[in-house]
Amino acid sequence: MRELALDDVEALAVGAWILGTGGGGSPYLGLLNMRRLYAVGHRVSLMSPLDLADEDWVAVVSNMGAPLVGQERFADSRNIARAVEIQQGLLGAKFRAVMPLEIGGGNGIQPLMAAAHLGFPVVDADTMGRAYPEAQMTSVAVGDLRPYPCVLYDPRGIEAVVTKVPSWRWMERVSRKICVELGSIASTCKAPRTGREVKDWGIHFTVTKAIGIGRCVRQAQRHQEDPVEAILDEGHGKLIFRGKVIDVARRTTEGFLRGRALIEGLDEDRGSQLDVAFQNEWVVAWRDKAPIAMSPELICVLDTVSGEAFGTETIGYGRRVSVVVLPAPSVFLTPKGLDHVGPRAFGYDLDFRSVFDQGRVS
Amino acid sequence: MRRIGIDVGGTNTDAVMLEDGRVAHGVKTPTSPDVTTGIMTALEELTCRREVARSRIDGVVIGTTHFVNAVVQRRDLAHVAAVRIGLPASASLPPFCDWPTDLADRVRGEVFMIEGGHDYDGRPIVPFDEPAMLRVARQIRASGIRSVAIAAIFSPLDPSCEERARAILSEECPDISVTMSHRLGRIGLLERENAALLNAALIDLARATIAGFIAAVRGIAAPLYLTQNDGTMMQAEMAAALPVMSFASGATNSMRGAAFLSGLTDAMVIDVGGTTTDIGQLRRGFPREANSVVEVGGVRTLFRMPDLLSIGLGGGSIVSADPLSVGPESVGYRLIEEGLVFGGNTMTATDVAVAAGLVQIGENRAVADLPRSLVQRALDLARAKIEDSVDRMKTDASELPLIAVGGGAFLVPDRLAGISQVSHVPHGDCANAVGAAIAQVSGETDQVYRDLSREEAIAAAEAQARERAIAAGAERGTLQTVDVEDIPLAYLPGNALRVRVRVAGEMAPSTNQNGSSAVSQ
Repeated sequence: MRELALDDVEALAVGAWILGTGGGGSPYLGLLNMRRLYAVGHRVSLMSPLDLADEDWVAVVSNMGAPLVGQERFADSRNIARAVEIQQGLLGAKFRAVMPLEIGGGNGIQPLMAAAHLGFPVVDADTMGRAYPEAQMTSVAVGDLRPYPCVLYDPRGIEAVVTKVPSWRWMERVSRKICVELGSIASTCKAPRTGREVKDWGIHFTVTKAIGIGRCVRQAQRHQEDPVEAILDEGHGKLIFRGKVIDVARRTTEGFLRGRALIEGLDEDRGSQLDVAFQNEWVVAWRDKAPIAMSPELICVLDTVSGEAFGTETIGYGRRVSVVVLPAPSVFLTPKGLDHVGPRAFGYDLDFRSVFDQGRVS
Repeated sequence: MRRIGIDVGGTNTDAVMLEDGRVAHGVKTPTSPDVTTGIMTALEELTCRREVARSRIDGVVIGTTHFVNAVVQRRDLAHVAAVRIGLPASASLPPFCDWPTDLADRVRGEVFMIEGGHDYDGRPIVPFDEPAMLRVARQIRASGIRSVAIAAIFSPLDPSCEERARAILSEECPDISVTMSHRLGRIGLLERENAALLNAALIDLARATIAGFIAAVRGIAAPLYLTQNDGTMMQAEMAAALPVMSFASGATNSMRGAAFLSGLTDAMVIDVGGTTTDIGQLRRGFPREANSVVEVGGVRTLFRMPDLLSIGLGGGSIVSADPLSVGPESVGYRLIEEGLVFGGNTMTATDVAVAAGLVQIGENRAVADLPRSLVQRALDLARAKIEDSVDRMKTDASELPLIAVGGGAFLVPDRLAGISQVSHVPHGDCANAVGAAIAQVSGETDQVYRDLSREEAIAAAEAQARERAIAAGAERGTLQTVDVEDIPLAYLPGNALRVRVRVAGEMAPSTNQNGSSAVSQ
C-alpha cells in the first residue's frame, strides 16, 4: 500500500489517456477534481491486488456515457462516491477497496475520486487494461463472473439498479438504455467483485503502468526528448507508423462512434498509408490494405511532438501522429478472450495476429 | 475600394492604406499611452500623404494585442461575478477551478451556482431556478460588482437559461455588463465559461479602448472593425462586448498580411520583431491552427489560434562574442538609443546585419570596425536558429516557400534549408496592418442535431452560420464555407450529430454615407 502523490495523479491522467486508445474521454476533468481534493487534504492510497483477502469486496466504478456530454456535465467526485455507497447498501457488507472498470481515458481517475471521499484504497488493477466501449468487453466477463447488480446514479436524485440479467451482453443493453435516458451520462458502480475474483481475473498493476507511461511522457516533454520513444520503452511497445492525418470519416451506428482515420506516411513511412478503424476506440489498422495491428492489442495514435494521445472524437485533418502498439493483457489473447474483444467482436472478419510476432512491415 | 488597416502593438502603431487590392502607403508611429493619439498621428500621415478625402474610405480595420496583453500582464482587469447554471450537475468543479491563483485572485468577485441548464438532447436538466437567479442578482447589486459572466450547461444548444438570467440581471442591476458564454461559442463548459469570465474581466478596458479607437477615427465616414483570432473581423460595437475574440489577432494579421503581400497561399511565415520571432504556416491563405487546447495567461480556453513557435531572436537581440550568442536578451524598443548604429554601446543583431551590408540603418561607420569573422559567426548562428525553428514548424519534409516579414526581416537569409524560396516583400514591416486591412467577415455555428441526415444537418448549420456572418456585416454573395466539422455523438443512439460550420466573406459596402462613423457610441 502506498500513498499517491499529486504528481502521480498528474502522470496517471496523461498515461490513462494514452491507454484509452482513442476513447474513454479525456481525464482532464477527473484530474481537476483530484487537484481540488488533494488541495483540501484528501489523499488516496494504491494497494496491490495481491494484498486483497479472498473474501474482501471490491467496488468497480466507471463514469458511463458519451465523452462529449462529459465536457458539459462534468465528472463530479461526489457522484461516483454515491454510486459506491448505494452498491455497498445493496451488498450489505463494507467494501475493502475500489478499482477502475477501465484504466483508459477519464475512467482511470474515477476510482480515485470515490476513494478520496470514502477513505478506501484503490486497487492497482482494472478489467480492460485500456478502454473498451461495451460491458462484455472486460476480463471479468471473459471469466464469466456474475454481471449484476449494476448501480447507475444521477445527481438529480435518480438511483437505478439493474438487479439481474442473464449475461454481460444484456447488462450492456439494459444499462445503456438507462444511461441514455439520464442524459447519456451516469456514475456507475458495477457488480461487486471479491478479492479472489480480482486476483484471478483482474488485469493487474495497470494503475502503476499508466502512471509510469504518463511520467515518462512528462519527463521527455520537460527535457525536450522524444516522448514517443519514451512510451515505446516504458510500455514495451512498437512504433508501426508515422505520418499525417489526411482524412477522418465518422458515423454513429447503434449508439457508437464508428469510422476511420487515414494517415499518410512521413519520413520512413513515406509512400505508404495507414488506415485505422475505430468503434469509440481504435480497433484495427491496415497498412496499404494489409491488416497489421488489431484489438486486443492497444493501438495508440499519439501527437508526434508532445506524445499525448488523440481521441477518435477530436482527431482531425493535418495532425502529425505516431501510431504505437502496446501489448494486450494476456486474458484477452485466449480464444474466449478473443471472442469478447478480438477483431470479430467489432465486426472485422480477421484472425487476430499480434504486431509483436511480425517484423517491421516496410 | 479603399480600406485602412491599423495594427496597435505594444511598441508601434502601424497603418496602411489599401487601394483596389494593393498597398498604396504604410506608416509606422510609436504607440501612445492613450492609444488614440498614436492612431490619429498614423491616420494623419496616411491621409495627408495620399491626399485622400476621409469621406472616400470604405472601412477602417484595427488589430490589437491590447486585450491579450492585459490578461498576460494581469493589468486593467475588472472583478467579475460568475453565474453557473447547471446544478445539480458539474458541482464539484465551480467557475475559476482551473485558473492560476494570481489571476483568479484579481478577477474572482463572487461565484454563484444555481439550478438549470440542458441535456445534450435539449431537455432541461432541471427547471431553471428563477427565484434563485433573482436572489443572485440582488446580491451582485449589493456587492458593487459591475461585470457578470453567465455559463449554462449545453447553452450552445439552448441559450434560454443564459438569456433569462441576463434579463433578470438587467432588470435588477440596470447598468451592469453581462457576458453570456453561448456567444463565445463551442461545446466544452469549462473552456467556454473561462472565455466568458476573461471577457467579463476585460469589458471595461474594451469599452474604454474601443471608445479611444472610435474617437481616433472620427471624421472617417466608414465603419470601424476589429480583427479576430481567425483573420476575420467584427464591427467595433460588437468587439467592445467581446474583447476575447481578438486575443490572437496580432499573429494572425501578420500571417494573413504576409500571404497578401507575397501572393502566396501555402508557405511558411517568419515575423521578425525587435525581441522575438514568430514562425507559423499558411494553408490556403490562413494560418494553420494549434493542435491542442490554447491557454491564455494560464487559462484554458477554446479559442482556435495560429500554431506559432516564438523564439528569442529579433533586430534588438544582444550579440556577445565569447561565448557567441545572439538573443534571447534584447534591447527591445530601446534599439534606437542603444544599438551601435544609433550611437549606443550595445552590439545588436541589427548592428551585425548593417556591418554585413544586409541592410542600411543608422550610421554604418559605427560598425565598420567589427571583426568580419564575428559578424559572419553571429549571422550563421541566427540562420541556424531560424532554420531549426522553421523546420520544427513544417508539417512535412517537402520544400515550401517562406515569407519574411516584420521590422527585423533582414536577418532572414535568402537561402534556407528545406525552403524553396525566401520572399522579402515590400511593406513587410507593416504586414500585421496589411492583414487587418484585408480581414474578412465571418459567422460560426456549433450545435447538436438529431434525426436529420448528415447533409440536412450540415445545411441547417451552414444557413445559420451565413445568417450570422451577414448580421456581422458580410456581403451575402461573397460568403464561402471555410470549415465544416461534424462529429456524431459517441455512445448515443438516434444519429445525434454535432456540427460546426464557419463561413467567411467580404465586408458589405458601407451603407452609411452621412459623414459620421457607423459605429454607435
